[in-house]
Amino acid sequence: MSHAHSHDHHHDHDHDHAPIEAEDTSSSDTAILADALRMVLIEKGIFTAAEVQDQLTLMEGRSDRNGAAMIARAWVDADYRDALLADGAAAAQALGYDTKGTPLIVLENTAKVHNVVVCTLCSCYPVTLLGPSPEWYKSKAYRGRVVRDPRSVLREFGTEIGPDREVRVHDSTADMRYMIMPKRPKDSAGMTEDALAGLITRNGLIGVAEL
Amino acid sequence: MQAIFGPGDRVQVMDLEAEQGLTGHMRAPVYCRGKTGEIERFCGAFGNPETLAYGGDGTPAQPLYRVRFKQADVWPGYAGAANDCIEIEVYQHWLKAG
Amino acid sequence: MKIDKAYHDVGGDDFGPVPIDDGSYQLWERRVDAMMRLLSSPAVGLMRVDELRRGIETLGEATYNAEPYYGKWARSLAKIMIEKGVLSQADLDAKIAELRAERGLTP
Repeated sequence: MSHAHSHDHHHDHDHDHAPIEAEDTSSSDTAILADALRMVLIEKGIFTAAEVQDQLTLMEGRSDRNGAAMIARAWVDADYRDALLADGAAAAQALGYDTKGTPLIVLENTAKVHNVVVCTLCSCYPVTLLGPSPEWYKSKAYRGRVVRDPRSVLREFGTEIGPDREVRVHDSTADMRYMIMPKRPKDSAGMTEDALAGLITRNGLIGVAEL
Repeated sequence: MQAIFGPGDRVQVMDLEAEQGLTGHMRAPVYCRGKTGEIERFCGAFGNPETLAYGGDGTPAQPLYRVRFKQADVWPGYAGAANDCIEIEVYQHWLKAG
Repeated sequence: MKIDKAYHDVGGDDFGPVPIDDGSYQLWERRVDAMMRLLSSPAVGLMRVDELRRGIETLGEATYNAEPYYGKWARSLAKIMIEKGVLSQADLDAKIAELRAERGLTP
């Protein structure tokens, strides 16, 4: 089924059409392919434009604040810390965060060990807890070098790990997803949980930065 | 499918592509193939990505482990600290006792 | 037997300093993400993440290196959806032609 579209987008649509999508005039071949695919799938009833918009809204709401809240809780509550390290997804659920059935492993940074996460094969990332992954995490440069020369990559992020500490890299090759529990800053005693969460950065939760 | 390894077991990653002519979608990166490490934990059983990638249902579920390697055992001339490690998830059918 | 490494299997390779940039995505890119979430949802059940990855891994090295992140996703999704018969290449080509005309681009 094809529709004859005019260049003028102010014409009336039939009452049973989906709501008019926000216009995108991107011109790259790939953008056009992507938009064309989406429009054909909508025309075939696979999903609706409203459902796409709902997903966009959900996406916009995702950030690293869920992950930060979990770590802040773990810092102040030893039982929660133990639960978080034993089963990250269950601990996320306990705070009302839905990891959609994806297992989560939380790795604790200590005086002896500094952990850092990567997905060398693609760019797996716990988006429900950390929001969208940064572009650098997806780059071949990060994926290629952090497994082989992590200390040098960390240095590029301004992070120096002493030779007396183990750097432990985690390559997210299968079904697990990872989040780092950074070391709690020394001068944070007595801070509220909210204030502690404010200290926790996305890069700290990936492991390329300390706090 | 039965999980045959436990935490602490020494395991070697086989290269199923080179040894058995496996083709298609694989989640064992080349850098770990042939390397020996130890089981860090059993993660549970999950659908086999090698068949899920081609429309299969991924059954039988494959036991999945996290394997810890010393970086010095993975990379010739590793430039970091002697204790540095790397941990990756490897499916049971890629592993043999090391 | 020497195996050439697949182009997506980059662990251990040196591509220089990490371009430390969070990046930002245009509307079409965010819509690709939304499309994959819907297609892989239990309600729709037409895509698995493993299929998306396999699609990306078989785009060819030049495309893999040239396309932005969600461009790879879009091309993989198109390939898999056509493979599964959800739409045809002709359906897609017709819509592409329509959009090019609407956006004032050469056919």
